[in-house]
Amino acid sequence: MSNNVVLEMKNITKIYPNGVIANKDANLSVRESEIHALLGENGAGKTTLMKILFGIEHYTSGEILLNGKPIKVTSPLEAIDLGIGMVHQHFMLDERLTVTENIILGMEPKKGLSLDYKKATEMVKEVSEKYNFKVDPNKLVMDLSVGKKQKVEILKALIRGAKILILDEPTAVLTPQETSELFEQLETLKKQGHSIVFISHKLNEVKEICDRATVMRLGVYQGTYNIEDVTVKDLSRLMIGRDVVRSIEKKTQNLGDVVLKVDNLKVINDEGKIVVNDVNFAVRQGQILGIAGVEGNGQRELIDCITGLETTFVGKVSLHGLEDKQEFSVKNLRLNGMNHIPEDRLVYGVSSEASIQDNIISNRYDQADLNKGIFQDRKAITTLSNELIKQYQVKTDSKDTLVRMLSGGNMQKVVAAREMSTDMKILIADQPTRGIDVGTAAFIHDKIVELRDKGVAVLLVSADINEVMDVSDSLIVMYEGKIAAYFDSIKDLSQETLGEYMLGIKKMSEEEIRGATV
Amino acid sequence: MTWFKKKPDAKRDVIKEISNIEKRFEVFRIGIALLISMVLIILVIALISDDPLGAIRELLLGPLQSLRRIGNVIELMIPLTFTGLAITMVFKTNRFNLAAEGAFYMATMVAVLVALNSPFPPVITIILGLLAGFIVGGLLGLIPALINLKFGANELVVSLMQNYIVAFFVQYLLNYVVRDPNSYAIQSYALPESVSLFRFIPGTRIHVGLILMAVVVVVAYIILYRTKWGYVLRVTGLNEKFAKYSGVKVAFVIIIAQVLGTAIAGLGGAVEMYGIYNTFKFAASPGYGWDGIIVATLAKLNPAFVPLAALFIAYIRVGADILNRSTNIPPEIVSIVQAIIILFIAAKAFMKAAKEKKIVEKSREVASEGAN
Amino acid sequence: MELFSIFLNPGFWFSLIRSSTPLIFAGMAALIASRSGITNMAIEGSMTLGALAAVVASWYFQNAWLGLLAAVLVGITIALFLAYFKLKMMADEILVAIALNLFATGASIFILFLLTGDKSNSSALNSLVLPTVSFAFLNNIPFIGQVINGQNILVYVAFISTFILNYFLFKTPMGLRIRSVGGNEHAAESVGVYVHKTKYIGLAISGMFAGLGGAFMSLGYMSLFTRGMVAGRGFIAIAAANVGGRSPIPTMFSAMLFGFFDNLGNNLQQFKVINEFVFMIPYIATIIMFAFSSYRRMTEKKRLNKKILASQKAE
Repeated sequence: MSNNVVLEMKNITKIYPNGVIANKDANLSVRESEIHALLGENGAGKTTLMKILFGIEHYTSGEILLNGKPIKVTSPLEAIDLGIGMVHQHFMLDERLTVTENIILGMEPKKGLSLDYKKATEMVKEVSEKYNFKVDPNKLVMDLSVGKKQKVEILKALIRGAKILILDEPTAVLTPQETSELFEQLETLKKQGHSIVFISHKLNEVKEICDRATVMRLGVYQGTYNIEDVTVKDLSRLMIGRDVVRSIEKKTQNLGDVVLKVDNLKVINDEGKIVVNDVNFAVRQGQILGIAGVEGNGQRELIDCITGLETTFVGKVSLHGLEDKQEFSVKNLRLNGMNHIPEDRLVYGVSSEASIQDNIISNRYDQADLNKGIFQDRKAITTLSNELIKQYQVKTDSKDTLVRMLSGGNMQKVVAAREMSTDMKILIADQPTRGIDVGTAAFIHDKIVELRDKGVAVLLVSADINEVMDVSDSLIVMYEGKIAAYFDSIKDLSQETLGEYMLGIKKMSEEEIRGATV
Repeated sequence: MTWFKKKPDAKRDVIKEISNIEKRFEVFRIGIALLISMVLIILVIALISDDPLGAIRELLLGPLQSLRRIGNVIELMIPLTFTGLAITMVFKTNRFNLAAEGAFYMATMVAVLVALNSPFPPVITIILGLLAGFIVGGLLGLIPALINLKFGANELVVSLMQNYIVAFFVQYLLNYVVRDPNSYAIQSYALPESVSLFRFIPGTRIHVGLILMAVVVVVAYIILYRTKWGYVLRVTGLNEKFAKYSGVKVAFVIIIAQVLGTAIAGLGGAVEMYGIYNTFKFAASPGYGWDGIIVATLAKLNPAFVPLAALFIAYIRVGADILNRSTNIPPEIVSIVQAIIILFIAAKAFMKAAKEKKIVEKSREVASEGAN
Repeated sequence: MELFSIFLNPGFWFSLIRSSTPLIFAGMAALIASRSGITNMAIEGSMTLGALAAVVASWYFQNAWLGLLAAVLVGITIALFLAYFKLKMMADEILVAIALNLFATGASIFILFLLTGDKSNSSALNSLVLPTVSFAFLNNIPFIGQVINGQNILVYVAFISTFILNYFLFKTPMGLRIRSVGGNEHAAESVGVYVHKTKYIGLAISGMFAGLGGAFMSLGYMSLFTRGMVAGRGFIAIAAANVGGRSPIPTMFSAMLFGFFDNLGNNLQQFKVINEFVFMIPYIATIIMFAFSSYRRMTEKKRLNKKILASQKAE
């Protein structure tokens, strides 16, 4: 690493049109030949900051300097011209094209009218040899492993002359072997004078490969540190540190029977990667079991299996004696007392073109008390809707308002009103307060605790460390598809310790984790 | 434009006002679509007619000039309402199954077969015929739906191929099974005179099918907006994933909508046969299934508006027919109107900028009022 | 058997190639649109109006080539219209295509009647046809010479253009870009390919082929325009492109397969078979083959997943 600063972002503030502040006075300074970590939790504003640099988003105020000269980046194309390349979390590759085709797309070498495939292949070979990337230029991208696909993405940037390379959570999708291979290549790039911005929240990796780290929390710049000067624990504290302490008063736990049990669950995703690996746990009546973890560590796939949305998995899920996979339809699960606040509000949680009322009754439209003979009982439905709108404080003047007209928080209240107001044995609450205002979040937390006091089992999935610690009775931590830790009680658990498990710094033994299944 | 009456009430609900703006723009958009298509039609007539003013008067006012012509409009509105309802039901779940076109044609023939072979008294024969049309229609709707579900083949392509097959099959039945060899024209044996729907307005052919049509419209509306099955169908159409997550058997609902919808087209075919004709002589399908697409689109897939849309289409159709008789302008001119109507209603972004500007203005206005 | 004797007759194969030609053109139209990421269900209508435009222009200018040009222009216009409504007006492409097809059906009859006073065909117009081509050297080859020699010029154009399109799609920069915007437009966008512009180009080519198909119907296959002459070929072509895996050369063969059934129908009429059933054959064949090829595509991912799961279990 030289001390030559190539890129500087100064006091970048980004406010979205809806008033959300993604970055506030964020700073970043990248030197030549360095690997610079950009650290932060989900929603800390890392990706937004990098999208600004790459010209996808535009900042409200601040300044960007490249080699000391101020620049304006208004589109990715300009960023590429300035020598900035970005590898997105979701690969921008066409699966049905070959490696060469993907890389040279838009800058095709020509011979007469034809695309000069021979030259194109040579170009790809040349650049991949220069940086020691082993990919077969003639293979279809769909036949490549995830690790190789990532290499293609990096090559795409390098062949266009990128000197500064932004990698958005590059290891999230990789196996350990692929990760160490990637690190070797990043070292090679560094030696050849490239600068790399490494977005991550995996501290061990950052410690292993990065030279310096810039930490962000909730959109706010926390400082830049030499990796040698700080410990993993310091970084963890900077990333996670607690802002609002709000303790929820909870009655003593009154545990009942096991409601939901998961045994040896394994899920393989479309890319052929094992995303849930041998997960075991049980949830009891009157218990809030939290699942903590950084997003993308298998929680989504796990919940899909439990709630009947995904039926191809290995292992066993049983709900109150219901365990035959054939019977695991969403309808059947709901009839057997499972309610579900889904992670993706707009896709699963609501039908945005339908009215609030139609959204509220979607899980009980066929119940006897809402129907009179073959007709819907309009009076009963109206009464129910108005009651729930009032009880859950949905801000609207009519039950007939289309849901898409509501704010995120009010939409989530509609979801909560639906999912928390029928008799149930278990509630699956998946990121129940993501992206909504503090007031609504507190309201939903109180409701969850209320249900638990009534003897309902609750499985709470959240990437928000405050939320899981405030609301849960017991806690599981998921890391890379596995259960990394189990805490029977969270009374003595500190944020720092939890953070270390979430970020993969620590891991419990099989023995200790076994407690989750009892 | 002053579309909005400003309320003196200080407490204004932004959401409600935005909803209103959207609704008004929706109506406005359909109005513009109708207007543009009418202007085009008039332009075309002006270009090709020797007496453009007379021709335009014929087209626009011709259908009102005699009881018989008004009767013609109503008579045509009946089958268009049936096929419009059919397509409405099918499109509600975002599936473009056009089996209704073949179903209507097939059902007219099925009604003839029943009428010619039934040993029962006329009333029972008619009921049987209508029922047969309904069932055959449903079956024809089922085939593309099932092929789409089980094999993933696009239902539009399959249903169109099926319509050709059905058409040839009907022609086979006409030529080999029901054809009256004593007639010079290619037509079926005459239906028993009593097997026909009562015509209750003298001087026209308006028949009790109109009442049946009204009943079906009401039933379809009630099913869609007043029963749990209709609820499920609407929810599935709006967001399939949400429906699945809520516990709805999505695949089943989608199939049922296509079967039921196409069955209504079949019913319409049988009604048309018994209501208007006494012998089968369609050498080709009358094409009311295609018109059903326009009717359904114009009605914004709401059964309550389907008769209205059907009336409009029937009116310009009859107008075009009258025009054709008195001038050299072929009635196919109507197809221009129809295509333009669909295009503009399908074009979601049409006038979007104007709409958004209005919404932003409104939001600002309300926000500044709140600040004061 | 009597039936099989028709396969020994070079005339059967000659007309097979002839009846495959419009399906090849339309199949190319379907595949290039699909490759650019838009389903062109309006090919049927483009062919109908194209066929009429060809007749009208060839009659008006007394030049069959200008007829061909007119058909191509009509095809391109309709396809660009579809693309515009899809890309700019955010309309459902299927609904737009349905509207365009309805328009084509009505407008073609309307125009035909205005020009001829007849609604069923254009026999009143003294229109020309495109020439047939003979190669002397082919006469020396028995059977095959009889099959491929003396066809309408557009027949050769169809087969040659299959290879040209194959070259264009897989060997040129623009072909690569078209494939990329249809495959993953974000990938294309991330390297600065203009997505909309590329899609318009793809659709224009699709429209050109649809127009060629229409022109062949009325300037080659027949020598006039008749009502309903396209007879669902625009939709059969979509099935053919699907069966051919959206690649030109396989699609050419699948179009010939559909042409075979079409032709079989025509030839079976000489036997004591009920005509109406014979006419159904190409449509039934289309449904079956279309369902089969769609099924393979639908289960592609499932099969892949099963393989991975199985190998996981084995470990």
